[in-house]
Amino acid sequence: MTTAATKSIIAPALRAASVHVRSSVLPASISKSCAAHLSSVPPGGKATLPDLPYDYAALSPVISAETMELHHTKHHNAYVTNLNIALEKLDSAVSAGDVSSIIGLQGALKFNGGGHLNHALFWENLCAKGSVAFPTSGPLKDCIAARFGDVDNMKKEMSALCVGVQGSGWGWLGYDAKTGRIEIRTCPNQDPLEATTGLVPLLGIDVWEHAYYVDYRNVRPNYVNAIWDVINWTKVEERLVAAK
Amino acid sequence: MNPHRLIVSAVVATGSSVVTYAAPFELPSLPYGYDALEPFIGKTTLLTHHLKHHAKYVATANTLIESGSALLKNLSQEQIMTAVSSGVELHTENVGLFNNVAQSWNHNFYWHSMKPGGGGKPRGLLADKIEKDFGSYDKLMGEIEKAAMTTFGSGWAWLGFDKKSQKLVVTKTTGAGNPLTDGITPMLTIDVWEHAYYLDYQERRQNYVNAFFAELVNWDFAESNFIAATANDTGETEEL
Repeated sequence: MTTAATKSIIAPALRAASVHVRSSVLPASISKSCAAHLSSVPPGGKATLPDLPYDYAALSPVISAETMELHHTKHHNAYVTNLNIALEKLDSAVSAGDVSSIIGLQGALKFNGGGHLNHALFWENLCAKGSVAFPTSGPLKDCIAARFGDVDNMKKEMSALCVGVQGSGWGWLGYDAKTGRIEIRTCPNQDPLEATTGLVPLLGIDVWEHAYYVDYRNVRPNYVNAIWDVINWTKVEERLVAAK
Repeated sequence: MNPHRLIVSAVVATGSSVVTYAAPFELPSLPYGYDALEPFIGKTTLLTHHLKHHAKYVATANTLIESGSALLKNLSQEQIMTAVSSGVELHTENVGLFNNVAQSWNHNFYWHSMKPGGGGKPRGLLADKIEKDFGSYDKLMGEIEKAAMTTFGSGWAWLGFDKKSQKLVVTKTTGAGNPLTDGITPMLTIDVWEHAYYLDYQERRQNYVNAFFAELVNWDFAESNFIAATANDTGETEEL
């Protein structure tokens, strides 16, 4: 199978199949296993910039079209590009058995790989204002109630954490498989949640300045308060169910 | 301690011609008008960067110092940064204290590192030392641009003077980091937090860094810091 065939036939087919594999029709364990095989990095190890599930203007006025386009086509795309460069270098280093270079690449892999993972998750946990309400029953509501009392309290605590991040980073709602509880956490720079803390990411909020500067300038609290209106709770719940 | 001795001791101690007294700190003015760096850094950027970001660091630093130990209230910003990084117990939230005091200092230093009609090459004693320690101005530029471009996330790139080796060095710090805590005296700095360039350059940090060195950098300020850093106690500049 040539690389060209892989690119034009197999990869799109796998991506299309992954949508069905991740549905609730299959048992969770099988769904997870298949999803891992059909991840966003096609065979050959190259990452690709995922399309947004909506138009650039869809999250307006909470997040402007200008921000979404910059954020997606410039920032996320740069992580994808640089991740692929690092992966190529890693391939060469692994083939040559060059342990020193393998170790030397860890910073670039964590930064760009984390950047790619984080943003791919981020786009999917956002949606147009008013299109998805917080569920009135179900596992997400129950988990949040158990841990925070109610969703408003969770939002308050998570907002405070997000606002408090010094410099660049992310706020996360995550699932702890060991305790069965959900937690809120922040990570610096592009450190990916699962790889660095073991928590499964359910909901991410980007608090790098590029995520909000065009729309909110220095006033990060306004951005964090507003972003709750565009959270895709259905996606958050799907991730929770998949993780349990 | 009389104000004159305080100034002299602070200059000698830090080697910097930018001196800060004890809390409560004031937000220092920009050394130029808000539109003076156009079109390379816009008026809106400077207004927001100075009156929102820098001002908030200063206000928060003052609040934290107010609630901290009595010792804190007599220290300069440089002394606070050094104390926190050496682990001195200051009875306050030390990470927040460091971040806000250092960012107050860093931003003031940054404003002075630029001037309208700046840019170009250094002259005089500093130019000679650059030739000696880097080989050429171009080699220095290569290093400092790399430092500015490879600071992942928020941070600063610095030209500094290492007292131990008596050499000029290029360093980068993340977040609120300042090379003073490593015994390196700053000569000049460029802010590479996104808020420093996002309104004017969006994601194009390289363009901002290029404009900084081509059009804005204040080599006179860097040279005065170099002279202060290499002066001995009698105020004479040593031959290096």
